[in-house]
Amino acid sequence: MSLERRHAMATLMHGRADDLLVVPGLGSTTWDLAAAGDDPRNFYSWGAMGGTAMIGLGLALAQPKKRVAVITGDGEMLMGLGSLATIGIQKPANLAVIVFDNGVYGETGGQPSHTQSGADLAGIARASGFPVCLKVEDEAGLADLAGRLKCFNETLFAVVQITADEPPRVLPEKDGVAIKERFRAALGLKA
Amino acid sequence: MNVSAQVDWPDRLYATFKRAGIRQVGYVPDAGHARLIERCRADPAMRAIALTTEEEGVALSAGAWLGGERSALLMQSSGLGNCINMLSLARSCRFPMLMLITMRGEWEEFNPWQVPMGGIVEPVLKLCEAEVLRASRPDEVEGLAERAVQQAFGDERIVALILSQQLIGKKVWTK
Repeated sequence: MSLERRHAMATLMHGRADDLLVVPGLGSTTWDLAAAGDDPRNFYSWGAMGGTAMIGLGLALAQPKKRVAVITGDGEMLMGLGSLATIGIQKPANLAVIVFDNGVYGETGGQPSHTQSGADLAGIARASGFPVCLKVEDEAGLADLAGRLKCFNETLFAVVQITADEPPRVLPEKDGVAIKERFRAALGLKA
Repeated sequence: MNVSAQVDWPDRLYATFKRAGIRQVGYVPDAGHARLIERCRADPAMRAIALTTEEEGVALSAGAWLGGERSALLMQSSGLGNCINMLSLARSCRFPMLMLITMRGEWEEFNPWQVPMGGIVEPVLKLCEAEVLRASRPDEVEGLAERAVQQAFGDERIVALILSQQLIGKKVWTK
């Protein structure tokens, strides 16, 4: 069973806590997050494939009083698998890494990703030291994950099984300097 | 030359990090950086973060700056090659990126496989729009590091301080 991606993102962002900072991956998860509603606490990505989880780590360590959710796709996560081992050592209690897994590279024509052939991202995260690893396949699991985003206190990893559809793109700001400065301003940091 | 400067340049780098308020230090283990890594790991006010590959450190530094912390990234010359695409994150968003690069493949190198990447470090950095500084003598390390800090965080750009193989000394292959 799997979930529709825009619905999944909207559910995770519903009633978003003031302290939740969100780092989506490049491509579809950035469009999904923009579709759920623009917010200065989003750091949209238009490149740097494989780096999203590590951006989340640096941010979570720098802002221990906030919660950070990395929400990326299976292809983007596969390019940065080593970062799961790196995060597994640091284990910031305020970092969640969530992978929207549809088993394909949607942005490039739907070529199968490694997860379709059995690569188990939640298993890799667990073996890398993430204390909490979830597989979300239905509405109940999604509601549980949305609740955890408001109160988690341990490094969290979750794979959300989504359908391989491609909803219309919703494109956010793409000027990297503008995205960065807006995000920092929302945290009260000077430009 | 000051004799102590010959041996304690890694401690001078650490002192520069402290003055600059560096809080996160990403590194891939490297013999040339061993002493500096040890100092950073021992400091409770710093988070020394072992990476599996250097490009992770570029993304880490971007995240640190997003959250208001200064960071540095330690690597060997070979590691720069692993960073090239990820450095577009720093270029597109103007993230400060302070890189300290220990050189291989340029002076009394025993291992010829270090030469291809070692030989293109400076042109690659320049293509990535980095400011490049090079330290060849122990007594110039601290001043150059200070300048690198100011350029990286003051101008919000990529700055690489190259620590030459002559400075580090050659690797001992047979014991």
